[in-house]
Amino acid sequence: MKKLLSGNEAVALGAFESGVKVASAYPGTPSTEIMENFARYEGVYAEWAPNEKVAMEVVVGSSMAGVRALTSLKHVGLNVAADPLMTLTYIGIKGGLVIACADDPGMHSSQNEQDNRFYARFAQIPMFEPCDSQEARDMMPLAYEVSEKFDTPVLMRLTTRISHSKGVVDTSDSKVSDTSERYGFESDLKKFVMIPAHARARHPKLLEREQALQKISEKSDLNFIEWADRSVGVITSGISYQYVKEVLPDVSILKLGFTYPLPEQKIRDFAKQVTKLFVVEELEPYLEAKLREYGIEVAGKKFFSRIGELSPESVGKGFEKAGVLTEKLPSLRPLSADVQMPRPPLMCAACPHRGLYFALNKLKAIVHGDIGCYTLSVMPPLKSIETCLCMGASISMAHGMAKAKAAAGIDDQRPIFATIGDSTFFHSGINSLTDVVFNQSNVNVVILDNRITAMTGAQVNPGSGVTLQGEPTAAIDLEKLVRSLGVERVRALDPYDIKGTIEILKEEAAIEGPSVMISRGPCVQMTKANLNPVHQVNETDCIGCTLCLRLGCPAISQGDVISNKDGKKPIHYACIDPVLCRGCTMCAQVCKSKAISVKSSYPKE
Amino acid sequence: MTKNKKTTNILIVGTGGQGVVLASEILSYVAVESGFDAKKSEIHGMSQRGGVVSSHVRFGNKVASPTIMAGDADILLSFELAEAVRWLPYLAPGGKAAVSNQRIVPPIVTMGAADYPGNPEKLIIEQARDAVITDAQKIAGDLGNTKLVNTIMLGVISNYLNLPKENWKKVISGAVPQKFRDLNLVAFEKGCELG
Repeated sequence: MKKLLSGNEAVALGAFESGVKVASAYPGTPSTEIMENFARYEGVYAEWAPNEKVAMEVVVGSSMAGVRALTSLKHVGLNVAADPLMTLTYIGIKGGLVIACADDPGMHSSQNEQDNRFYARFAQIPMFEPCDSQEARDMMPLAYEVSEKFDTPVLMRLTTRISHSKGVVDTSDSKVSDTSERYGFESDLKKFVMIPAHARARHPKLLEREQALQKISEKSDLNFIEWADRSVGVITSGISYQYVKEVLPDVSILKLGFTYPLPEQKIRDFAKQVTKLFVVEELEPYLEAKLREYGIEVAGKKFFSRIGELSPESVGKGFEKAGVLTEKLPSLRPLSADVQMPRPPLMCAACPHRGLYFALNKLKAIVHGDIGCYTLSVMPPLKSIETCLCMGASISMAHGMAKAKAAAGIDDQRPIFATIGDSTFFHSGINSLTDVVFNQSNVNVVILDNRITAMTGAQVNPGSGVTLQGEPTAAIDLEKLVRSLGVERVRALDPYDIKGTIEILKEEAAIEGPSVMISRGPCVQMTKANLNPVHQVNETDCIGCTLCLRLGCPAISQGDVISNKDGKKPIHYACIDPVLCRGCTMCAQVCKSKAISVKSSYPKE
Repeated sequence: MTKNKKTTNILIVGTGGQGVVLASEILSYVAVESGFDAKKSEIHGMSQRGGVVSSHVRFGNKVASPTIMAGDADILLSFELAEAVRWLPYLAPGGKAAVSNQRIVPPIVTMGAADYPGNPEKLIIEQARDAVITDAQKIAGDLGNTKLVNTIMLGVISNYLNLPKENWKKVISGAVPQKFRDLNLVAFEKGCELG
């Protein structure tokens, strides 16, 4: 049977067919759909964990019970899970264990574009890199075999264009592996308890394993040569292979799918038989540097950028520059100067975050941001946050800045705020808040509690009250949790009440010591009904002052020109799109002319 | 296609929430149903929040890159005027453009920080002389549901593609809720008449 699957769907299918029984992950673009799809298969357990480290440890436990397990994460998520990974590589596995990691070259939805291939080398674990959905699915059973045969976790490294591209997958040979002969936990202290004495004994085994894997990589069908014209040879992997096939279909290619350890002999043999050798790879010169180490003459990053995603056009241009492209690349039509208009992503109409950041903007405060939809508050007109580093960092950075102000005697009266989403707080913000309590700093923390992990596409979190399977479960009460950590000043606020929110923010800012405010408003993507009836602008009262536009609401725009005004610049009425408006009332609250009210008859419904 | 090429490239663009991804999904399945290899690629994540959305669809005997090389799109399908203008450079010489004439003006324009293109229809015609620019929203509204825009526009581009009409109808029927099936088939036919 032929199916059109994304790389992520293919990884999930491959995991299911490999007999994986347990999977745990924290959502992160572009990896999220792996877990969402895996969870839909019969007879498996899948969960959203509070963070990647926890997820990794969960599947390590499952593997120790002899059960095949999977964790999936985005590139920066592996930083969070690096702690268990770096010792897991000593311990090894019992049930096969695969870490499906999706890098984001080009940073479509990420804060950096680190190249996680180096994690395979760092942890000395085998790495597979599929070049399309078919390979992504087919590599999974092989990854589990290698994992169990060599007592190692395996890194399945994807990138955005693999994860989110769909391709035809032939599933006619589909069957689910029975791995039950491995089931059951057996005590093995020297393997499972990493005290120094045991770890010292494991380290040499790790080096032996690496040598054994190198031989396997040498023979693996995942590293194959497509012989053609031998005047040009290209060594490539992952999505870059597709771009090479696109622009140079007639050159010889060594396509690598088993990319750690590398097949040294195969690479040497290939290099010898071609006249000009190129490496085409996204981001860092991971392959190229290794070839140079072998003493092979090669060109790579000289022609193909270390920055961002590659594309058929950039690979084409690289080969053009290198003088090997005979066919002319398509020439671009001129881009009209008229379309310099950017269209940045926006918070949704009626998003509860809008009220909070509009209010924060009214305070002269230093506001730290975190990872989530609310990072969009850096954009005008809300323009509220000053920093964003990584998951959970808003609170710790606020703490550090408050301590620096005190320690260095910096005269700055601006209060310090940290703003963090509920999911990000459960992820790692909770640890940062522990520091604020432990070491008492004058920090005001706002937890934006929308009950969901919104930016990755609405995944449940420990505050949602439902599991990945949609089953009811305990919803962690943020207020009780924060109080139990030892925060004395804890209060809820309603971000849809702008005046009330400003008052609460001001009160807490004025008080010395830590305080936590929980800004409660469910994600509007999750609520079907409008919050209130749709609003409209009464043109007899609107004076065109643009105050409502400062909310940055996608439903509000400038309408017709107000006629009887003799200013030099034309003044426009505000205008509310009744299809987009969800009745959050914030615009009515900020309008000083009282020109915005409930629409008399609304077309919705 | 008129050009004798190995792969047919269709770029579908619009803004978050317009159904770009579903339209490209339907097209890809029609290609597979018609016996072709097909790939499609788009970016999920932040772009969903009202930003620019583009989806690349490619089909042929064997497709390598999931993305279209700039300047090599045989068809540009846009659900929004300014987005059509933005992506026109992707169109190959002699490529076809099909555009729903909806205007979605971003707040950055209403705040005065940027301008919406002055005469997008003119810019489109300059680059793609036989472009079909249509009031698909009105047609959809007349049929009873503005969400039919996507199906109408797929009908328009179906005229430029060598994919059997019955495969289009089969895939569309399977992709939409049953109660909207007949209406979508009518919308598809309507689109075919526009091309």
